Amino acid sequence: MIEIKNLCVDLGDFILQHATLEVQQGEYFIILGPTGAGKTVLLETLAGLYPAKSGQIWLNSTELTHLEPDKRGIGFVYQDYVLFPHLSVMDNIIFGLRQRGKSKREARAEAQWLIELLGISHLLKRKPDTLSGGEKQKVALARALVVKPEVLLLDEPLSALDPETRDRVQRELREIHDRLNLTTIHVTHDFEEAVSLGDRIAVIGDGRILQIGTAEQVFRQPNSEFVARFAMTRNIFVGEVQGSDDDYALIDIEGTQIGVITDLRGKRHASIRPEDILLSTQPFLSSARNTFKGTITRVSSKGSTVYLSIDVPPEFVCLVTRHSFEEMDLREGGEAYVTFKASAVHVF
Amino acid sequence: MIGIFRHRFFFVFVLLGLVILVFIAYPLLKTIFSSDAGGLWDTLLDKGVRDVILLTLYAALIATIAGLLFGVPLAYVLARRNFPGKKLIEAIIDVPIVVPHTAAGIALLFAFGEQSLLGKAFHALHVDFVGTVAGIVIAMMFVSIPFLVDSAREGFKSVDPRLEKVARTLGASQRKTFFGISLPLAWRSILSGSALMWARGISEFGAVVILAYHPMIAPVLVYHRFESYGLEWSRPVAVLVVLISIIVFIILRFIAQWGEKS
Repeated sequence: MIEIKNLCVDLGDFILQHATLEVQQGEYFIILGPTGAGKTVLLETLAGLYPAKSGQIWLNSTELTHLEPDKRGIGFVYQDYVLFPHLSVMDNIIFGLRQRGKSKREARAEAQWLIELLGISHLLKRKPDTLSGGEKQKVALARALVVKPEVLLLDEPLSALDPETRDRVQRELREIHDRLNLTTIHVTHDFEEAVSLGDRIAVIGDGRILQIGTAEQVFRQPNSEFVARFAMTRNIFVGEVQGSDDDYALIDIEGTQIGVITDLRGKRHASIRPEDILLSTQPFLSSARNTFKGTITRVSSKGSTVYLSIDVPPEFVCLVTRHSFEEMDLREGGEAYVTFKASAVHVF
Repeated sequence: MIGIFRHRFFFVFVLLGLVILVFIAYPLLKTIFSSDAGGLWDTLLDKGVRDVILLTLYAALIATIAGLLFGVPLAYVLARRNFPGKKLIEAIIDVPIVVPHTAAGIALLFAFGEQSLLGKAFHALHVDFVGTVAGIVIAMMFVSIPFLVDSAREGFKSVDPRLEKVARTLGASQRKTFFGISLPLAWRSILSGSALMWARGISEFGAVVILAYHPMIAPVLVYHRFESYGLEWSRPVAVLVVLISIIVFIILRFIAQWGEKS
């Protein structure tokens, strides 16, 4: 278990204030926040790469606060992987073992299971600059995991990858975590990623931890305007996916059957961007697969745009311009239709 | 090649640039090609001349090694840490480039001469700087160290600090991180800085001649022959010095580029 008590970090133009959180042994913990919210700083402080101004960091029953980074047993993977460019993939992977006085032969033997687990045995002789993003990440993971860290810190591990690779790597990260039962702290700005991977989520903004809880708690019961706004950037639902007669699959969300395009089945998450939902006062003919009637439950104005919650159920958050909002004469308690394409729904 | 002549603007610039090229190459080439091979060979066979050249290479090498020992750590500190007075320190490092080298020699004589405190302290250790190889070495080092420190500093700056951070989280101590990550990644800059420092040391005259006319190094020998016997006598030595400098420079360039490829 890792405990952070009242941690403050001062970096001149940036301050992280009174961060307190506990991450359980074997937990996949997500730190979620917008870019520039101080997520990386928090991770670097945990790893001992930045000094804490005040507060404490505990791992199990050892205090780490003033320990050198090489004595902490905390693995770190940066967003762009930061592989050692002058070393081969193999020498990158065994770097940590070599620091512990192992011979090359011993280190290679010891790294073998990880190399097989990650499926990178064909890369070992190559130099990092010849690898793809996904390959680099696996090497960076292997390098961090080979020394058997107590905790693994992942700094935006998916954001440098193309969308297709991202989905795959996301699944792999979770698998590796489950397999090694490794306490993992993963920072991201992507709500979907957070929901899909995290056992629990801490939302961070303006250098503070604003809310800690399960994905469900954070996006259903946001405790502040900031968290709510952050959660509203996506509609995220949970439901049962089933195949159907035509090309679409159907996901059952709170009794509503939504057409989606996916090969996944069973209990899954589905997300749709508020700006991908068309709002109308009458049903209309279109190529979009999904049209539902609902009640307007909430209107929140943000300058030239307006967020509306439409309860079908489920409750969809939609985004319209102020101009269309006024033209359509929408108001709380009124009725409206939501329309969106099956391909606008991301199932994960 | 054709591309650079396509616009009149570049044509003019290229012509102006050619003036510089000719200005540098012509005197050197003329000196080299107007000397007869036989005379050059005889000069090279002269043990006195050979000893002078070897001493020059040796003294500049010692200066460079001392520069590596003291300059590389300084370069690393300047690349990695911010502290009040850092700009001042960087300026001080570069001062030897702008000071007239004879004046630098005078300054060194004041600081390390037989009457000075430092001179007396070193004398107690049987090291003297006036008219000795040690004097040549410190004169060369004084005027050439900025090239090494500046180059090494830029080399270290170009190494992503996060590479060092990752190494630390993997269990490497600061020392092992420096020798395993920072140094190997900056070595090309350090090497090319060393090459510049060595070449600059070999070519130094002003500071050296104040501290040590004897034992003679090559630039002093050129001057000595010119003053005592005239142009004809000084030219073969001058040609040898130029050739050696160019060869040293080409070899080190080659090593640096080879490092880039591997």
